[in-house]
Amino acid sequence: MSFTAWEKVRIAREMDRPTSLFYIENIFDDFMEMHGDRNVKDDPAIVGGIGFLEGKPVTVIGQQKGRDLKEQVERNFGMPNPEGYRKALRLMKQAEKFGRPVVCFVDTSGAFCGIEAEERGQGEAIARNLMEMAGLKVPVLSIVIGEGGSGGALAMAVGNEVWCLENSVYSVLSPEGFAAILWKDGKRADEAADVMKMTSEHLEKFGIVDRVFAEPEPVHVDNGMPLAQELKAAMIDFFEKYDAMSPEDIAEERYQRFRRF
Amino acid sequence: MFKKTTYITLSNRRQSIRQDAFVSEQELEQPNIPEGLWEKCPKCGSILYKEDLEKNFYVCKACGHHERISARERIKQIADPGTFVEIDEVMPDKNPLNFPDYENKLTKMRQATGLCEGVIYGQCKIFGEDAVLAVMDASFMMGSMGTTVGEKITRAIEIGTKRRLPVIIFTCSGGARMQEGILSLMQMAKTSAAVEAHARAGLPYFTVITDPTTGGVTASFAMLGDVILAEPGVLIGFAGQRVIEQTIGQKLPEGFQRAEFMLEHGFIDQIVERKDLKERLYKLILAHRPMKQEE
Repeated sequence: MSFTAWEKVRIAREMDRPTSLFYIENIFDDFMEMHGDRNVKDDPAIVGGIGFLEGKPVTVIGQQKGRDLKEQVERNFGMPNPEGYRKALRLMKQAEKFGRPVVCFVDTSGAFCGIEAEERGQGEAIARNLMEMAGLKVPVLSIVIGEGGSGGALAMAVGNEVWCLENSVYSVLSPEGFAAILWKDGKRADEAADVMKMTSEHLEKFGIVDRVFAEPEPVHVDNGMPLAQELKAAMIDFFEKYDAMSPEDIAEERYQRFRRF
Repeated sequence: MFKKTTYITLSNRRQSIRQDAFVSEQELEQPNIPEGLWEKCPKCGSILYKEDLEKNFYVCKACGHHERISARERIKQIADPGTFVEIDEVMPDKNPLNFPDYENKLTKMRQATGLCEGVIYGQCKIFGEDAVLAVMDASFMMGSMGTTVGEKITRAIEIGTKRRLPVIIFTCSGGARMQEGILSLMQMAKTSAAVEAHARAGLPYFTVITDPTTGGVTASFAMLGDVILAEPGVLIGFAGQRVIEQTIGQKLPEGFQRAEFMLEHGFIDQIVERKDLKERLYKLILAHRPMKQEE
């Protein structure tokens, strides 16, 4: 099916589009969720823990939007605070310690813009994730499953590979924000979505994503199982190739991936 | 994103700015250059003799307000005379989104500012100590970070790693450059990865936050210094103030996201007045001698 860029933005934001927890539950066995950044609090906008992929432990982290209005409010509509990024980093460093690969599901309109988020260092939290993720000595795979909004998405997308789904979007800013800044008119978001080249075919062409998974129909919770299984099979293949690679080479491969931009 | 009229940008290229129609472009921070020998402090309104202002590092003698200064003026203040060797001054432009009129805008920006892009970097001496110095300039499209700015910052850090030198970056930026879209976003990861490699080599990295530093620059290399300094009163934040006000539906408190606020909340090491910056950086270099490289 062919959609305009703006239609894809709308699809990526739909409430019945599968969230991180959908993929976590349908790809990994015995997922154990871990909480907290060991500093301030637990951020419900990011879920993280350990699951098993074909019997092997994998650290899995995802930005979690709500699946209904109540959950959306609880999870701040998937907009993380600094402590969410710090929890994610804590779990990634733990994965490195125990030699576990890391999978990140990216699905956020952006890092939360609030007073407390600034007071607790939203910028610092994102910066630290970018820096530390670059040096991780275990393979990292990031998958943009819905919205990839700005630095708040990138802070979980410094992967050896980055994948996305056909109707996912990934951009420097929301199209509304882009239109407001450049044209002083947030209502021209549909036009902005087009100009920004934020859809999967452009992302693949730019090398921002390495692989796009087709959505014969826009994926939603009732038809999402085959896609989850396809992702699972691809992940198993993906991680196999790192078995023979040294930790230093794994980090170097990631460095070079981002160095070329 | 920022109040546009509160600052005076000083430039020795004022003639070209005044004659250029481009002065009305929204990204140029509206240089407001008074005629003659006197200048009014944009903060307290004191009338200042320009020569005194220059001698005083463009800081108002009456209220201590630190005016925005150009990258070249900054380098003059920090590097020992005649030691700054610029690297990669000219780099090819990229327009990855084929954004309408973008190349044109860059050309006009160059004419108006005399800069090639929003950052200058090179190697210099600071009281005899070698360092890599990169300075961003807000007069070039608000110091926004596209692929060229990101590449220059990354190269500056990589050269520091290769030559085993301290890296000092003066930040000021409105964030990612919208016209280069997602490629601008990737510069955050690229620069941060370079900082990681420099840190892993046991080398010191210092950032000096100047006004304003926001968005993608705050959320990458600006906040990653071994030591983070800031000039008094500068704006430092991730989200723009208007965006926050819209999100939470209330006015922001006085002083929000200013250097003093960031110091209080634990995100910068020190606020240092401009006249003391060179010596402070020198002392920091002395205090952070890298460990001897293993044979």
